[in-house]
Amino acid sequence: MNAIIPSRPHSPTRRGLLATAAGFGLSLQLLAVPAMAADGDLNKRKVIVVICRGGMDGLSVTPPVGDAEYRGLRGSLALSDAALPLDGTFALHPQLTAVHAMAKAGEARIAPAVATPDRARSHFEAQDVLETGAAGVYSTSSGWLNRAVETLSAHRKVDALSIGPTAPLILRGKAPTASWSPGRGVDAEARLPTLLQDLYRNDALLGPALARGLATETMAKDATAGLGGGQPAMMASAGKGGAGAGGQQGRDAARTLGQSLAGFMREPGGPTVAAISIDGFDSHANQAGLLAGRLAYLDAVLDGVHTGLGPEWKNTVVLVATEFGRTARVNGTAGTDHGTGSTALILGGALKPGGIVGDWPTLKQNALFENRDVAPTVDMRGLFKGVLADHMGVDRAALDKVVFPESSTAKPMLGLV
Amino acid sequence: MTARRDKRKETGVALVDQDMKAAIAVTRFGLGARPGEIDQARRDPQGFLKSQIRRSGADQPAGPSPTSAQRMAEFREYQRERREFRLQKVSDVGPPKPGGPATEAADPAMAAAVKSDTRDPVKVVGAMLRKDISDDFAARIQLASATDAGFRERWTLFWANHFTVSATKAITGTIVGPFEEEAIRPHVFGRFDDLLGAAETHPAMLTYLDQIQSIGPDSDAARAMRNGGGPRGVGGGGAQLQQAALKRTPGLNENLAREIMELHTVGVNSGYTQADVTEFARAMTGISIGGERDGAYGVAVFRVQAHEPGERTVMGVRYDQRGKEQANAILTDLAEKPQTAHFICGKLARHFVADDPSPALVARLEAAWTGSRGDLATVAEALVSAPESWDPRPAKFKTPYEFIVSSYRAAGGLPADFQQVGPIMTALGQKPFSAPSPKGWPEDAQSWAAPDAIVKRMQFAQAFSSGAVHDRDPKALAADALGERLSPDTAKAIARAESRPEGFALLLMSPEFQRR
Repeated sequence: MNAIIPSRPHSPTRRGLLATAAGFGLSLQLLAVPAMAADGDLNKRKVIVVICRGGMDGLSVTPPVGDAEYRGLRGSLALSDAALPLDGTFALHPQLTAVHAMAKAGEARIAPAVATPDRARSHFEAQDVLETGAAGVYSTSSGWLNRAVETLSAHRKVDALSIGPTAPLILRGKAPTASWSPGRGVDAEARLPTLLQDLYRNDALLGPALARGLATETMAKDATAGLGGGQPAMMASAGKGGAGAGGQQGRDAARTLGQSLAGFMREPGGPTVAAISIDGFDSHANQAGLLAGRLAYLDAVLDGVHTGLGPEWKNTVVLVATEFGRTARVNGTAGTDHGTGSTALILGGALKPGGIVGDWPTLKQNALFENRDVAPTVDMRGLFKGVLADHMGVDRAALDKVVFPESSTAKPMLGLV
Repeated sequence: MTARRDKRKETGVALVDQDMKAAIAVTRFGLGARPGEIDQARRDPQGFLKSQIRRSGADQPAGPSPTSAQRMAEFREYQRERREFRLQKVSDVGPPKPGGPATEAADPAMAAAVKSDTRDPVKVVGAMLRKDISDDFAARIQLASATDAGFRERWTLFWANHFTVSATKAITGTIVGPFEEEAIRPHVFGRFDDLLGAAETHPAMLTYLDQIQSIGPDSDAARAMRNGGGPRGVGGGGAQLQQAALKRTPGLNENLAREIMELHTVGVNSGYTQADVTEFARAMTGISIGGERDGAYGVAVFRVQAHEPGERTVMGVRYDQRGKEQANAILTDLAEKPQTAHFICGKLARHFVADDPSPALVARLEAAWTGSRGDLATVAEALVSAPESWDPRPAKFKTPYEFIVSSYRAAGGLPADFQQVGPIMTALGQKPFSAPSPKGWPEDAQSWAAPDAIVKRMQFAQAFSSGAVHDRDPKALAADALGERLSPDTAKAIARAESRPEGFALLLMSPEFQRR
């Protein structure tokens, strides 16, 4: 098999296992020589975080088809034949065709064994830690991406946007952020918005929210102008295999949603930081069909972002992450239960080509975390910190203390960008 | 109105308090004021709420109410039609391509054929199911919009959200409505363990959290399946589930056990471990849904042959009961744990009073809970009696459902059908019966007050006002809707509005109407 992602020679090394035992292996920082970008460049840099909620099964997103244990552990859920090959060990889920094309162009990499510091296997606790960037659960109420924006705003204008009717925790906090979801726009001539802005002048919650919402609606007129391929829509119904009837419609809507997001980011004065959530990855039963639908949707959103950004793609890094992975073994209901390590995807034209990010612990029984889950070798915070440092120019002290509190042990994975 | 204000000036603070309390009773504890409702509450605001606490439970939505079992039978019919129709289409179009799966997605021509066939029985039955779900939701929001016992209904909605089941799973979607009617509404003012038992063993919960197929790995059923005997009498009834069962190794699914502990009883940081979750999941094996062979299609059953034999240990307690008594004993113990009282009383305080409620209020509720061994009527009385519950500042930002219901109530109307409310609920981020996870809908302002959501609320207020109140005086509607909570700023803005709908839209979007 030809390696499509040029891979560093990798084996489940002793170093890898030791790193796992000691905490987290950060093999990539050894390669890192952070390139200092000119300030003018920094202004164009964009970062998008895609949160896949429900515990996305890394072993399905990037099946380790070359791992000797994979087939045995996964049985009927093993994706060996249909998967899209990446290197001697890893492949991509068959629905991730756009991601695969990016990988072939050196614009997509995988981190197949990442986790947050949380080990409770609770969706809600793990999502809290994933989004707050805190060392422990429920210790802060703002999101790390918001604090990154806050930090950067001391030096330059950085706007952030979340896509969806509700604000995700990752972007909540002191720095004001915008939010948008597909809808029918605001009549610029109407009196009500003006009257309400006056009525909200002393309302710390509603005043800024309405002002930002109206500004975003104005921008949306340009950002979404001329998009073809269907109305953007937030989400096709989860849980139903998207490969069935209506699947194409759902994918078109997802692609248009990705293009809308890209449209905002291409606008003059548009956001350079964005977050979007995709629900429905909790695959306890009949996982194969469910994940095919969800991953087709994810792939279409990412394809929309890629094509929509056009020339700005080269300035962009997209991070795709989930709160935890799932059990290595299939459960009694053709699904998998809550686990630990999962896959993160790192995409974008700003990316340096390379192999897998972090070590692969293998699926050998004694390598599994608690004889159950993929053992994480990479602290998710290190991955995020590396991208924020190299790509967005956030300084190390702020990363260790403010953006990811008490995280100095989770070293930034430098050199990805 | 004017007369009352003058009178208040004469008699001083006490009456002001009473007016404010009446407004709080109806807007914070209730679902928003219908015209005249605040006046009804004025004489005795606490008594107004306490009189809504009713041992026999919540009100039931009007209209035909099919049982879960009937809905599940419909759903089974839908699956059967779909399967047969697919097979038939395959034979109409020709044999499947070699190597290609025989689904419509694999062949665009076939997909088109399926699409174009208006007599497609799958579509007919599918549309019927969707209409059922929409009708359930419409009946529920009509009840909320019209009821004169708003506190009783808000209390009920809290429990429905606590025990979330969601239409994000198709089979569950058809019975979210019946779930609320059968498992939640009768028990909301009874004992918590009765409510817990009813919720966890309802077919909606069993399907939503994947319990129906969980089989003890050392049970007789699992042994028979491993020996190629097939899943006799095991699984959730319905040929499809049994077909799926044939293709897999029988075993545990720990989803329901975990969420009972994490979300429904003791809460996530209460000291249980992964081993406790797995042990509880083993104890729960055998709890399933009846199939045709049981003569109990679509109702909860216990299959002793799927139950994992042996003793279990959960949170340090050994359970040596046999059969379903084991899971029952664990559930009963979980219901009585102090962590459960603490976790749920904190949620109640956050729901009713503030995102960040006073610890004194939580402690008061916990004391009522513990003292009454989880009697929910007693807890509801304690909530209404607690002085912390009557803080005049409106601290809670309304969820989309609360905003829309209170808008209808302010107008003195109710939604005519699903179309009037379903799409806007989805646009505001709260798709009907489709909570994003077993945790249910969030309840905090941060979740719902995103910029986009405020713009969409404004658009709803605009459209709603132009249709609802063209012949009514918005100043009077505002006084009726907010009573003493109406601020001078809002009153002034409404008085200056250039049209009645504009005035009413300003009321709906005012800071004090957006909160409770």
